[in-house]
Amino acid sequence: MATAAKETNAKPEIATQVTFLEAIKQAMYEEMERDPAVVLIGEDIGVYGGAFKTSEGLLERFGWERVIDTPISESAIIGAACGMSYLGLRPIAEMQFIDFIVCAFNQITNFVAKGHYLWNAPAPIVIRGPSGGGVHGGPFHSANPEMYFVHTPGLKVIYPSTPYDAKGLLKSAVRDNNPVLFFEHKFLYRRIKEELPAEDYTVPIGKAVVRREGKHLTIISYAAMMHTSLEAAADLANEGIEAEVIDLRTLLPLDEDTILASIKKTNKCLVVHEDTKTGGIAGEIAAILCERAFGDLDGPLMRVTALDTPVPYAPSLEEFFLPNKEKVLHAARTLAKY
Amino acid sequence: MTKELTRQQYLDLYYFMRLNRAVEDMMVKLFRQNKIVGGLYSSLGQEAVSVGSAYALEQKDWLAPMIRNIGALLVKGVPPRDIFMQHMAKYDSPTKGKDGTSHFGDLENLHIVSPISMLGDLIPVMTGVAIAGRYLGQKIVAMTWIGDGGSSTGVFHEGLNFAAVQKAPFVLVLENNQWAYSTPVKRQVPLENLADRAKAYGISSYSVDGNDVVAVYTTAKEAVDRARNGEGPILIEVKTFRRLGHAQHDPAEYVPKEMRAYWEARDPILLYEKFLFSEKLLDEKSKKEFEEKIEKLLSAERDFAENSPMPPAEFAEQGVYCTGDDCHKVAPKWQRPIAEVTPPKSSVAAVWTVQGFGSGKGSGGASAPIHFGDTLKLEEKTESATDKKSKDTEVPEAVAETIEAAAVKPVKVAAKVPSKSAAKIPAKIPVKAPVNARAKNKPAPKKSAKPAVVPAKSAARKARR
Repeated sequence: MATAAKETNAKPEIATQVTFLEAIKQAMYEEMERDPAVVLIGEDIGVYGGAFKTSEGLLERFGWERVIDTPISESAIIGAACGMSYLGLRPIAEMQFIDFIVCAFNQITNFVAKGHYLWNAPAPIVIRGPSGGGVHGGPFHSANPEMYFVHTPGLKVIYPSTPYDAKGLLKSAVRDNNPVLFFEHKFLYRRIKEELPAEDYTVPIGKAVVRREGKHLTIISYAAMMHTSLEAAADLANEGIEAEVIDLRTLLPLDEDTILASIKKTNKCLVVHEDTKTGGIAGEIAAILCERAFGDLDGPLMRVTALDTPVPYAPSLEEFFLPNKEKVLHAARTLAKY
Repeated sequence: MTKELTRQQYLDLYYFMRLNRAVEDMMVKLFRQNKIVGGLYSSLGQEAVSVGSAYALEQKDWLAPMIRNIGALLVKGVPPRDIFMQHMAKYDSPTKGKDGTSHFGDLENLHIVSPISMLGDLIPVMTGVAIAGRYLGQKIVAMTWIGDGGSSTGVFHEGLNFAAVQKAPFVLVLENNQWAYSTPVKRQVPLENLADRAKAYGISSYSVDGNDVVAVYTTAKEAVDRARNGEGPILIEVKTFRRLGHAQHDPAEYVPKEMRAYWEARDPILLYEKFLFSEKLLDEKSKKEFEEKIEKLLSAERDFAENSPMPPAEFAEQGVYCTGDDCHKVAPKWQRPIAEVTPPKSSVAAVWTVQGFGSGKGSGGASAPIHFGDTLKLEEKTESATDKKSKDTEVPEAVAETIEAAAVKPVKVAAKVPSKSAAKIPAKIPVKAPVNARAKNKPAPKKSAKPAVVPAKSAARKARR
């Protein structure tokens, strides 16, 4: 008991090398420390510390009123978070797996997203959860449902690729007065580490970043596929193709300026995403380039995406379904020849 | 009867019911003059529900109306012009023409949450409002309404269940107006009393005559007080009748004539007027004064609404996002010390740890705590509280039986209805229990198998006899 009580008040140690998952935890911890209006709500986030342990220890420190375990009721989680925000709180709602977010689709797209436009009611809530495939989670634990929500005015949609961005963007999301959807690619949770600043920092929502400079073509990506794209770019460099890699980080609002500036330079665009092809962000980027940079293009916009199928379970099927470095290399080489 | 309300309260209820009806009468005129842009949804005959329930709230409390709860908005302080302008899509309306009907709210002053057309969504939202109010120490109650139709949505269940586990200070008024658009309640829910839905959530409920404004008010007041005192959410079923169609376009030919006739004879305003006259709370002179006051008010409000411009077209692309502090300053109003919800006070100690649990790659420690703080204490507390309450509120079997018997006894008016007609439905409206339940100072059977039936303290019913 005594040991446990002591643990309760101990600030988690900030490791020099921080995983994506720990970055999320740090962001929530620090925001809750900073502002008592920040509360957590979700399934198994309290006693259990979250299915992926992103909220481990937070109940111990912040108590029952601020870390709220809920029944299995996604609509109630989002609805309640929305209601709490009307009194000035800033709830962070967890979807245990982001696949389950569609259970609350109506609450998010009709209630939360439209409130500010219709009746001047901001809903400063964050909806976050683990997304993405490559971990053999099967069709209901591997989804990338971001585009349902990119199609919904009133929401902001973030999908970071590094621990630094995850922490900084989650903090920005908590401090934003709008409903923000925050996707965390679970393949990255424990696979990448990064040194994070000790002091408080944020990363702005709606700003893409150039991860690698290049001049022959631009690869636009985000989340786990950003790393695949960087690996491909390194290989391409050995072949004399200098690819610029853009990490979108935020899908809504989309940073059109960074995309356009890069295309002006490279004149070629390849979009890589793990989401399925039809209706994916690549189509939107293609439309933007046609509208605003048609004269800059020296080749067709190409895209490497997942297949237009549900996410299959067997490793052989899922590997076939997902984009990978080889697919990116193939597309980039084709595009470079134009 | 003993007068339980003040003279002012009795007259307020009358004023707001008359205002509610007059506002809607005027909107029917505006609709026929093609001045209303979209649909018009009438609450004719349901005024006692909206007015009686909302009147039980305090100014600091929160409500979220459904489309037919115009009366609740008026009680909460919304000027009639806002309701007119909403329907007319005017630029000065609360949503500046971006939405119509009762779809508007006011977070800052009136504490109204705007509804959306998807039914039931307000239940978890108002649960969140209630929880946040408690967290901030504001001692508020949140109230919303749902129909017999909306009570079958998934989110009704999710919301009410969550409110129940949270013991949220939340009152849900289930407006059983017998029809979900064209579908009679019998084809929606296999329950005699929709208040029975509360059993599934382990919460208290009431079933009350929705055309008796005093009964609605006193029930709602009791529920609001109980919710505010931490007893958790409460469901109130009000039995009433939608006198017109789903909206203006719907002649509601599917409603049996006898059923309509039965309810038209039980018009909530006429019933209440009879009572007020018999109690000498109202006479022809003061009635006329009310009418003149309302007429004068509404004519000015309508003029304002009609003179308001339509929104400029380009306004359509504005306001999707909050742009920050210049747009909205989001800040909670704390009514309790923040120290209570921040460490070290907020911290809860682990009750035990399990060796080896949490030693996985992603976890911090080798032996993570899995069970926390006041779990056990909380359970003990609840148990003892329940014990105590059951002693307090236990209703002797004999009394419970009386109430039960009264609940199925047909109302006199209903007896005139041909027995094989579908109009039998209203005959099952529970008559409120005989005076004995109250006279013996027995509280309503809060935890009994049957939903508590409001005792016969109602004024309007007396007037009917």
